[in-house]
Amino acid sequence: MSETPSELLKSWIFRQLPDASAEWFCDRLDKLEADPQKQSFDITFGMIPRKLGKDDLQLSADDLAAANAVRDGWNPTGWSIDAAARILILTDISTDNGVSFAKRFKDLHRTADLGELIALYSGLPIYASPEALVEQAALGLRTNIKAEFEAISHRNPFPMEQFEENPWNNMVLKSLFIGVMLEPIQGLDERANPELARILRDYAHERWAADRFVSPELWRCIGPFAKDEYLDDFQKVVDEGNETEKKGVALALASAPASTKKDSLTAQLSQFSAAIQSGELTWTAIADEMFDNSLAITRKMNTEVELTR
Amino acid sequence: MMFIDSHAHMISRTTDDYEAMAAAGVVAVIEPAFWLGQPRTHVATYIDYLSSIVGFERFRAGQFGIRHYCTIGLNSKEANNEELAEAVMEILPRFALKEGVVAIGEIGYDDQTELEDKYFRLQLELSKEVDLPVMVHTPHRDKKKGTSRSMDVCKEHGVDPTKVVIDHNNEETVREVLDRGYWAAFSIYPSTKMGSARMVELLKEYGPERIIIDSACDWGISEPLGVAKTAALAAQQGVDEETIRLVCYQNALDAYGQSGQMKEEDWLNPPSIDQRTVYEGNSILRGQREPVVGDKIGDNKAKHSLDNLIIE
Repeated sequence: MSETPSELLKSWIFRQLPDASAEWFCDRLDKLEADPQKQSFDITFGMIPRKLGKDDLQLSADDLAAANAVRDGWNPTGWSIDAAARILILTDISTDNGVSFAKRFKDLHRTADLGELIALYSGLPIYASPEALVEQAALGLRTNIKAEFEAISHRNPFPMEQFEENPWNNMVLKSLFIGVMLEPIQGLDERANPELARILRDYAHERWAADRFVSPELWRCIGPFAKDEYLDDFQKVVDEGNETEKKGVALALASAPASTKKDSLTAQLSQFSAAIQSGELTWTAIADEMFDNSLAITRKMNTEVELTR
Repeated sequence: MMFIDSHAHMISRTTDDYEAMAAAGVVAVIEPAFWLGQPRTHVATYIDYLSSIVGFERFRAGQFGIRHYCTIGLNSKEANNEELAEAVMEILPRFALKEGVVAIGEIGYDDQTELEDKYFRLQLELSKEVDLPVMVHTPHRDKKKGTSRSMDVCKEHGVDPTKVVIDHNNEETVREVLDRGYWAAFSIYPSTKMGSARMVELLKEYGPERIIIDSACDWGISEPLGVAKTAALAAQQGVDEETIRLVCYQNALDAYGQSGQMKEEDWLNPPSIDQRTVYEGNSILRGQREPVVGDKIGDNKAKHSLDNLIIE
């Protein structure tokens, strides 16, 4: 049984590499161990996709369980072999000491291509001294490249563990704004907060004013704070929304504080009670339904839903 | 028909252009590093520019189902700022190995100064070191001599002509370029470079071998549909389909494919990681409530008409 993320990653990579690629990578790892200097590292980092290709990293359910066991929340679903190899060598140099790795990270980021950006950020959960990278991660979220944004926000425990409230809230709001699914974000329920609920309510109103669709996922972050005027919005969805939107509101309502308005809405949405009770109607099910009913409005969002299935 | 525009400065173009190119059949573009119409004064802006063409611009093109590649180099105009040039040369090797970099370029001569010559030569050496093809920009002024000189210098540095594309040719330069074994590219660019009707005449005279048609569209008055329009005009005038396919698609793929960074599968059957990240495919996609790029793809004229007042 492997004991560290680095060892796990290494075993997954090598078991799927053809001999020639494995030989090259093995040789580079040996060289890096002997001399982890910048130049040697940069060459390996740059050459990886040319030598190892860009296939998906093949992971079984057992592998994913093992990942989660060695590092709580670590979920390498959707990683490619080149990203995995880059993350492996980054992880290995991240243990030297936090400060110099943060500098190295910043330097690599400055001249990174897309594949490199995705690798740099996807590895956040397993680098040593993650706190040194918080500023860099918040900077990464300012991107307009969805894949870069998702490398930070999706299936990644780093944001819920490291971000203060402001960057966390911005991450959630921006996801909705640029058409990225919320479901793969870890800690949505744990990190719910009244300020985020207010921001999302204002955002929903802006969308409605422009006659635009409001993602059913949005209500999830409002649920725990849903009383008074928030429940007026829920009522609007009950009156005017489609089936998936109503399911979103029904599920959000389940986490709302007690009130007579809540009781009234719950009664109006009683058709979903059994499915909520039985655990059949979940946020994952709603994400699936958004896909099935073409409510995930970009292909990117569809792919995200497919991935989480 | 599928087209490759192997010289297009998309960073200067709008999303309308991407839409129109996709609708016309352009499946891939190559963005050569160049100057921005105004000289840069700091190496840091050069670094950010190169980062954009290996990063954000690839993402932008992918949204329209177009694969984006680039070339990396110090252009001839900015080679004349020695302080900048020295600093740029230092960072070029790092960028030359990025994903989707298909050549060192566009490099060569502008005023044919000593500094231009120095950095052209250094970059030819770099191309050998990183094993990449070269895209040569031939000068606007004193073009014929500048073109011959560019090839002389390539030869002097032992660069294989089959790995060099000499770009922006015209009637006066093409013969020597082909005779010496180089790829000869033509930029269909209004007023200053090649015109589409002249190009069709050249195709009739020279045939398709080692000839590449591009648009060189940039921040000036230029035509992102240069390749597609020339192909249509050639077909109208009886040029055979295979010739058009070669000069508007296959030859560019053969020349720049030597980098190992550009393959037909990239757009016909992309790796799944790319489909999840940078490439949204070239058709209206399954389960999409509304297409990402608007439902009137390519219908820019209607979109920009003052008869159409609804913006949603």
